[in-house]
Amino acid sequence: MSDFDVKKVLHIDLNEYSYFVEEREMEFGGVALATKLLSENIDEGVEPLSEDNVIVFAVGPFTPAYPFASKTVALFKSPLTGNLGESHAGGRSATAIANAGYDAIVIKGGSTKPVYLVIENEKVHFRDARVIWGIEDSLITGRIIAEKEKGRGIRTIMRIGGAGERLVSYAGVMTETYRHFGRTGLGAVFGSKLLKALVVIGKGTKTPADPKAFREVYKKIFDLATTSDAMKKYYLIGTPVNVSPLNELRALPTRNLEVAYFEKADEISGEKFAEFNLGRRIACNHCPTACIHIAALRIPYEEEPYFHKTIMISYDYELIYALGSMLGIADREALLKLIYRVEVYGLDAMSTGVCLAWATEALKRGIVSEKETLMKLNFGDAESYIRAIDNLYLQPNDFYLNLAKGVEVASSVYGGKEFALAFGGNEMPGYHTGAGGYVGYLIGLRHSHLDNAGYSLDQKLKDDLEPDKLVDKLVEEESWRQILSSLVICFFARGVYTPEIVVEAFKPLGIEMGEEELREEGRNIYLEKLRLKKKLGFDFSQLRIPNRIFEVETFRGKIDGEYIEKALNYYKEKYFDAI
Amino acid sequence: MAKVLTIKDIEKCVGCALCMYACARRLPKRPFIGYDHSGILAISLSGFERGATIIVCRACIEPPCSQVCPTDALVPRKGGGVIYKEKYCIGCDNCIEACTISAIFKRRDGKVALCVHCGYCADFCPHGVLEYREVEA
Repeated sequence: MSDFDVKKVLHIDLNEYSYFVEEREMEFGGVALATKLLSENIDEGVEPLSEDNVIVFAVGPFTPAYPFASKTVALFKSPLTGNLGESHAGGRSATAIANAGYDAIVIKGGSTKPVYLVIENEKVHFRDARVIWGIEDSLITGRIIAEKEKGRGIRTIMRIGGAGERLVSYAGVMTETYRHFGRTGLGAVFGSKLLKALVVIGKGTKTPADPKAFREVYKKIFDLATTSDAMKKYYLIGTPVNVSPLNELRALPTRNLEVAYFEKADEISGEKFAEFNLGRRIACNHCPTACIHIAALRIPYEEEPYFHKTIMISYDYELIYALGSMLGIADREALLKLIYRVEVYGLDAMSTGVCLAWATEALKRGIVSEKETLMKLNFGDAESYIRAIDNLYLQPNDFYLNLAKGVEVASSVYGGKEFALAFGGNEMPGYHTGAGGYVGYLIGLRHSHLDNAGYSLDQKLKDDLEPDKLVDKLVEEESWRQILSSLVICFFARGVYTPEIVVEAFKPLGIEMGEEELREEGRNIYLEKLRLKKKLGFDFSQLRIPNRIFEVETFRGKIDGEYIEKALNYYKEKYFDAI
Repeated sequence: MAKVLTIKDIEKCVGCALCMYACARRLPKRPFIGYDHSGILAISLSGFERGATIIVCRACIEPPCSQVCPTDALVPRKGGGVIYKEKYCIGCDNCIEACTISAIFKRRDGKVALCVHCGYCADFCPHGVLEYREVEA
């Protein structure tokens, strides 16, 4: 029996403030384990923001044995999409859970008063959070808990900001300040359970089955990561390196995708941020790459001479797209202030940017008036967007209450669906690359551009694929990514963790698994997850495609609606209806 | 000549903790997975917005930890720091109290983990924060 044969799952019940540990046998962790656990523990018709919703966190067998296996997978029912919610975050979240001795954590029920949880190896403490409930700043909340609790360096502090407390459907959970369970609304689920934070302190240990091979394989992965080009894109300029090339391709959604080219993109490019704003880089735990780029922003107090503050703000491609080009913001400092605001409240940056871009266009077209928006909203005007973000948190009127539920809900109430850029209820990522990208968003199981290869296929393929071929390719790639997500390997390291390396890395842990077996397992996990998504209410016939995407030329020409329809029909028949 | 682990540029630390995992893996015949046996700690400075740092033995010439050890489990080492004779350690924690910079860590089995200046972690520091260098003994 090796240390990797048994999975330990910590079940926490917030109704009764109780917990127990379940042991189960299974080879995979991450998404595979979380899918099983959520299926077993959740009722189909559950309201996402009721205490009956269930949150599952899972890590993988490579955590913390090897570098890059540092993502925690969270599954829950999403208040944003109304079906399966999924979000992944790094920081110390995964390694702390694994070091504490767990493969997964299941949280059920809801507290009657605000609490935060501290998991310290075999113990779970339920802490009174009444005093810190109402602190809208997720950074301050993190600092307070960091001062009070022990375990510096070996803990994760996952917490919500004001957006989670006030149930914004796209509120996230922040961890180690700069990493996020951003997408699909985990923060609101925390908020609805009156759960302010989850601290995990871990100090466990495991031993490999083959010590010598373990050290050798580790060294091989380390060398691949640090001396090959596999991670270059992420450790130099970071993900914002994409801003300029995507803009040149005419693929950078700009001003609510009125166009896909931002004439001032150069100002918010990765190169400019690196040259003028980059203040520091940090890493997720057990990652040699350190892709987290942090800008230092020095802000003077206008009323008080010689009084300044310096704030540190992490920036990435998606944030620059959603709060930059999408809102017509070309001033880097203004953009950093918007990112900071979103970080403080704990909002998802992509959803926030897309919602505000829609509101701006809706106002311009007279679909809504300033009576609703409470201010002028103009592309490029960062000051008003700062106040609008405050209103997503405060929700002072029906308009912001609806906008806090996402652009799908807001456009159902006020109109303007043709330019409400959500797919499957989730606001779009920053790639207007072609049909592959959009089909990917529509059929992707977690509606994340990272889960499928659509936007990258658009860029790589010379000729258009037949719709059925495209769908098969997307599903094939997404199936492999289920393996990576089950090993919780950061997708940025997918060039390091080829199937061959994965097989090799399993061996010293005492797990034998061939490449074909892995791929087959990936297909199974894919279908299991699709089944769960269906069970939780994903309705294929309800998928909506905003007309805007057909109006704006891509570098491959205009997107053909018929092509997308064919692709979706093929997907429905071959995959969705078949399970 | 004796060698010790030193910190070359602490401001470059990204807090990745690869040194901690390397430390736990350092024994070829008994590498551990996880932090419990790590004698080095990577921390954020009350949140990563203030950066990261490393806590590790400074290789004292007169190690206070060794002076308070009742069982001679910690013996001064040539070049600085100590040799840890684990089998003599009774887990009294005197050394943990005595270390001015809190660079000795409690293991779950009651014994302690601390840097023995083997230099293995420096090979895995991706950003040149740690350096293993020769010193006058």
